[in-house]
Amino acid sequence: MEPLSNGEIILYSIARFWPTWIALIAVLGSGYFIRDKLGTVGRLYGSSIGMVGLCIVLFWVFTAIFAPLIAPFGAQYAPVSGDMVREAKRALPGFVHVGDITAAYLWGGDNLGRDVFSRVVYGSQIVLIIAPAATLIAYMVGSTLGLPAGYYLGWIDTLMSFLANLVLAFPVILLFYLLVTPEVNTPVPVDLLIFEVPWSLPIGMAAFFFLFPIIFMCTMWYTKYEKNMTKLAVYTGATIVIGFWLYSGLVFNSDPLGVVGMQPNELNVFAAVILGSSPGVFRIVRGLTMDIKTRDYVAAAQTRGERPWYIMLWEILPNARGPLIVDFCLRIGYTTILLGTLGFFGLGLSPESPDWGSMINHGRQFVKLLKWAHMSVFPALALMTLVLGLNLLADGLREESLKD
Amino acid sequence: MLMFILRRIGTMLVTMIALTFIVFYLVNLPGNLEKLAKTEGNMRMTDAEVQIWLDNEGFNRPFLIRYGEWLVGTATGDMGYSRVFRKPVSEVVGERLGYTGWLMLWVMIVMVPGALIIGVLAGMREGSTLDRGLSVGSIASTSAPEYVTGIIFALVFATLFKEFSKDLAWWPEGFFLNASAATATSKGITFSNFALPVMTMAIYGMGYIARMTRASMAEVMTSQYIRTARLKGLNFRTVVLRHALRNALIAPFTVIMLQFPWLLTGVVIVETMFNYKGFGFTLVQAAGNNDIDLLLAISWVAVIVVLLTQLISDVGYAYLNPRIRVK
Repeated sequence: MEPLSNGEIILYSIARFWPTWIALIAVLGSGYFIRDKLGTVGRLYGSSIGMVGLCIVLFWVFTAIFAPLIAPFGAQYAPVSGDMVREAKRALPGFVHVGDITAAYLWGGDNLGRDVFSRVVYGSQIVLIIAPAATLIAYMVGSTLGLPAGYYLGWIDTLMSFLANLVLAFPVILLFYLLVTPEVNTPVPVDLLIFEVPWSLPIGMAAFFFLFPIIFMCTMWYTKYEKNMTKLAVYTGATIVIGFWLYSGLVFNSDPLGVVGMQPNELNVFAAVILGSSPGVFRIVRGLTMDIKTRDYVAAAQTRGERPWYIMLWEILPNARGPLIVDFCLRIGYTTILLGTLGFFGLGLSPESPDWGSMINHGRQFVKLLKWAHMSVFPALALMTLVLGLNLLADGLREESLKD
Repeated sequence: MLMFILRRIGTMLVTMIALTFIVFYLVNLPGNLEKLAKTEGNMRMTDAEVQIWLDNEGFNRPFLIRYGEWLVGTATGDMGYSRVFRKPVSEVVGERLGYTGWLMLWVMIVMVPGALIIGVLAGMREGSTLDRGLSVGSIASTSAPEYVTGIIFALVFATLFKEFSKDLAWWPEGFFLNASAATATSKGITFSNFALPVMTMAIYGMGYIARMTRASMAEVMTSQYIRTARLKGLNFRTVVLRHALRNALIAPFTVIMLQFPWLLTGVVIVETMFNYKGFGFTLVQAAGNNDIDLLLAISWVAVIVVLLTQLISDVGYAYLNPRIRVK
């Protein structure tokens, strides 16, 4: 069957995203009516830049959610029989698969005959899980260390700042090459008297970083409900049980229930990305803490005799949320770029994974022959639009929060 | 001021020792050494043979002693022998650093003035249409990392080549051929093989510096002395060029210097992409082939470059902005 023309490709591409469009219209439309109750996010409706950013980000979020509805093929699907493989291999955009228009390779096929469109759509799932999750944990690490550094100053600050500068002075790419090479990350079983856990340097780092969310939450509950034993027990107990359940599954891939788990590859990427971005978070939290510490309400809390950690977590942190949310958006974008860099060098995630960086890496060998540029151009554009959306959203949020 | 510089140099030395120690540790992990033994000797070595090989090569001596030896050797200029290039490491690194130096120089020549002009134009009238346009442009440029722009540029230029090559006879010979082949050689620097890599790198960094310049410029434009100058009746151009610019450029200066660690990542990406055999390309080769001595030397040089630029930025900032020194 004849391949589709360029106009048809564009039309069909737009049409295929129908679940995304519906969800986008529904969410933005209903958000418009309650915009007054949404605070800063609601005020984004008044700023065109922020609105465009929000739309792009939501577009990719909904694409990730509805990926099975949007993508006509699975991420690893490739035709089996001989003739079809030859046709689908490096097929140009618009190639019609089995004579069926709904099964067209809208954005072409890659070197193994897989549909680039479906892979880009499924890739959004990977990117939109790893980037925000890694950023969130980096935030918990950065805040847990940055708050006391900015609050107490003195030797804690000197030590922490030295460590943060140490990581920041390390060229990111070198760090990745040293940390995420396959030899370093082969887990070795280590006997810990009661049970055996796999151990390697990235696992060790992840084991260290993933403790922070639990510590962070527990400190939060303890400082808030110190007087209220029942609430304290319930919240802390729940945090510890859920926290360590996730912890065992994510870090050591040995969840007793077998529900959560992470491949060693993914864990390496996670650990490397968290290590790369927590010093930046540390710096910004420390700076904000030093600034907010001088406010009157902090002095009032000190006079009331509140504990330092209560002041840090319940007085300073909530009041630093404006700049932190903006920075969070920017940092997710930066993390996405880092993930792409890792994929581009073939580090980290397995080569078959449909994440955008790995796809760019896969297609880049063929970019020299312009004919086959589609293999890396489409994931590259996807990555760029997502980061652009996040940056625009951050800019809009910053502008709106400055209006206060 | 002298004490300030001395203290900074002290911190820098401590940081450097700590970082080289970490790199040395990571490079010498048992997994890496085993792989090295197998590639150097025989792929089908047994574990015992690997241990014998490591013993013979001196890799099994205490870690601290080997680190000390490496430190002394590096300090005296002997950085070891590259197993991949079959040359002393200092030769390889020196040569490759030169190639990358040229690339960086051109990136700086394109990026810095461009970014400063964009930032000043956007920041001098905050909220104007020009400001909005340029700001969105800089945001877009920070969202496109090198591996995205490189591919898009290669595509765009090669398509242009196909469509317009007949009309544009004045284009330098080979420009589009090189662009479409996406290769740059380290043989000689010509416009045709440098334009794409330089542009790819410059664009990603440009947006960031431009945004910093804009913020700094916008802040200066609201200050009292600018209002005084305007009220005195000076025209806008004089105020911007003679009064605002000098103070507005202090903050971007530090940002430009702090761009070096980022640029290093960019160098690795761009050199891999365009096959430019410079420092970044060597890093990838050294890491891929487990060339321990070379990898150590590269990390060491990279860390020195980063720390030196930080030092220059700190001292320069203190020099330009006296308020820091007094505190």
